Amino acid sequence: MADVLQLEGLCKNFGGLVVASDVTFGLAPGDRTALIGPNGAGKTTLVNLISGALHPSSGDITLDGRSLVRLSMPARVQAGVVRTFQLNRLFRDQTVGDNVRIAVLQQKRQSLRLWQSRADRIAVEAAVDHVLGALHLEAREGRLVRTLAYGEQRLLEIALALALEPRVLLLDEPAAGVPRGESGVIMDVIASLPPSLAVLLIEHDMDLVFRFARRIVVLASGAILTIGTPDEVAADDRVKQLYFGRDGHVSQSSQIS
Amino acid sequence: MAAVGLENATAAARPQRPAIPFLPEVMLAALGIGAFFAFPNDLAFLARILITGLFVLSLSLVLGQAGIPTLGHSASMGTGAYAAGLFAIHVSQDPLAGLLAGGLAGGVIAVVTGALLLRTAHLTFVMLTIAVAQILYEIANQAAWLTGGDNGLSGISVDPILGVFGFDLYSRTSYLYALAVLMVSYFILRTIVDSPFGLTSRGIHSDPERMRALGCNTYRHLLIVFTIGGLFAGLAGALSAQVAQVVGLASLSFGTSGDALVMLIVGGSARLPGALVGTVVFMIVEHVAATVNPYHWLFIIGGLLIVTVLVLPGGLISVVDWVSARMPWRTFGRGARHG
Repeated sequence: MADVLQLEGLCKNFGGLVVASDVTFGLAPGDRTALIGPNGAGKTTLVNLISGALHPSSGDITLDGRSLVRLSMPARVQAGVVRTFQLNRLFRDQTVGDNVRIAVLQQKRQSLRLWQSRADRIAVEAAVDHVLGALHLEAREGRLVRTLAYGEQRLLEIALALALEPRVLLLDEPAAGVPRGESGVIMDVIASLPPSLAVLLIEHDMDLVFRFARRIVVLASGAILTIGTPDEVAADDRVKQLYFGRDGHVSQSSQIS
Repeated sequence: MAAVGLENATAAARPQRPAIPFLPEVMLAALGIGAFFAFPNDLAFLARILITGLFVLSLSLVLGQAGIPTLGHSASMGTGAYAAGLFAIHVSQDPLAGLLAGGLAGGVIAVVTGALLLRTAHLTFVMLTIAVAQILYEIANQAAWLTGGDNGLSGISVDPILGVFGFDLYSRTSYLYALAVLMVSYFILRTIVDSPFGLTSRGIHSDPERMRALGCNTYRHLLIVFTIGGLFAGLAGALSAQVAQVVGLASLSFGTSGDALVMLIVGGSARLPGALVGTVVFMIVEHVAATVNPYHWLFIIGGLLIVTVLVLPGGLISVVDWVSARMPWRTFGRGARHG
């Protein structure tokens, strides 16, 4: 299938420091691609470039062939490119329901409404229920976010993104900080994402990466080291060297189990 | 204090609409009319409370809901007051048309200055709001041919409301007129707070960057909030011009903005009723304390502010919530349920 999101020779440098260098790859509808690399490889920088938090020094990002680089962050979200955050960015003093409702109102372009018709209200509530149901959070709808368990907050982070009905979803370490034993729910949720969605997963947890990804992009020092299937990447000596170091010692950043 | 916080949490977590559609407004009317009969000799002072209450309510929308940290809210109030005064002198003495003129003027000042100022944030924004109000103050001071400058704009007189209710010496009409405008305004503001627009405003208050990552044009949204706030501040200014029949430079002063902020914080900024509670308490304390000791009444206001901020971060309204949650009927102030 034709790529929906395309990165074309993307470069970013802060003065002399190169954080992204000639990054080129695409995401098609239904893609399950993981982006891996040691700490400082530029994974989050790439997410920031795609979402619009950073502007590339050169190169292009296109959605259906339309360039996104001149669009603001909100405009990119409205076009269908949505991200989650590595550290929870939730409305902590609001209820779980209101958190999702805020996102649904954005998706339905109703956030400026001073008055809601009955039909609109029902449609919004149905969408909120749908998203909460998909994330197994129905029972938490009336709870304040700050009273939720950490793992549930991670699920809500994904819920906000899904409420926007994205075409491209950037998941920035969805299981970050969640204990190994409890990351199963998050894996299940990621496994049941809408099939037509193009997903880019940024993750340290190799279990999650190899269970989820049908394609892996390996990033090192801002540049693409290799792109391949999980089997190809696992067998690649350069990747092993990247993670295990030249002399065979496990490096600090490695989390391969 | 911990108990109060917890009670707030569960209250906010329980989504409910008031069972009676106009409950907060009906309660406001009941309290207002009760005060009308209880204090027939203080109606001029009570009318001032109502007008200031409307001004603080408009600040509650801007600062309490959307988190816009303005210290120059008097810019809209003063502009509205001068506009309504000049309107009555030069155009028409119809009070409702004058209100409209004042509200529009307050809204226009807000949208024009907000369009520029809301490009900035934090301390820069705060400083610029002060600067705008100071500039308007100086313009009103210099343009004495139009505004009366230092002496204030006097000679304002308005016709009977709807051609029937004439303004009297005992401020009876003024008081009821202010009460009616406050009730209608409260209903509109409450509708805004409970709407999708209000929910989105609170989202921006919590985390503007997150809202942008959800596709929200936060600048546009905040500009609309700021304009609506300016409109109601202008309305309050117009009311004060019509009731006092004079507009002073103080209506544009930094002190006016600062006092309103103190009233809002003392009462509680998270929910609309807090603005009214804070205004009533502040102005009564000021009134009584200034009579007892005209030189040192600010001690009491200062003490009140310190105690509130330290002990009741949710403002005095959180005490009302705490008490009402323990009452069998559980109704007071449930109108604007958002925290």
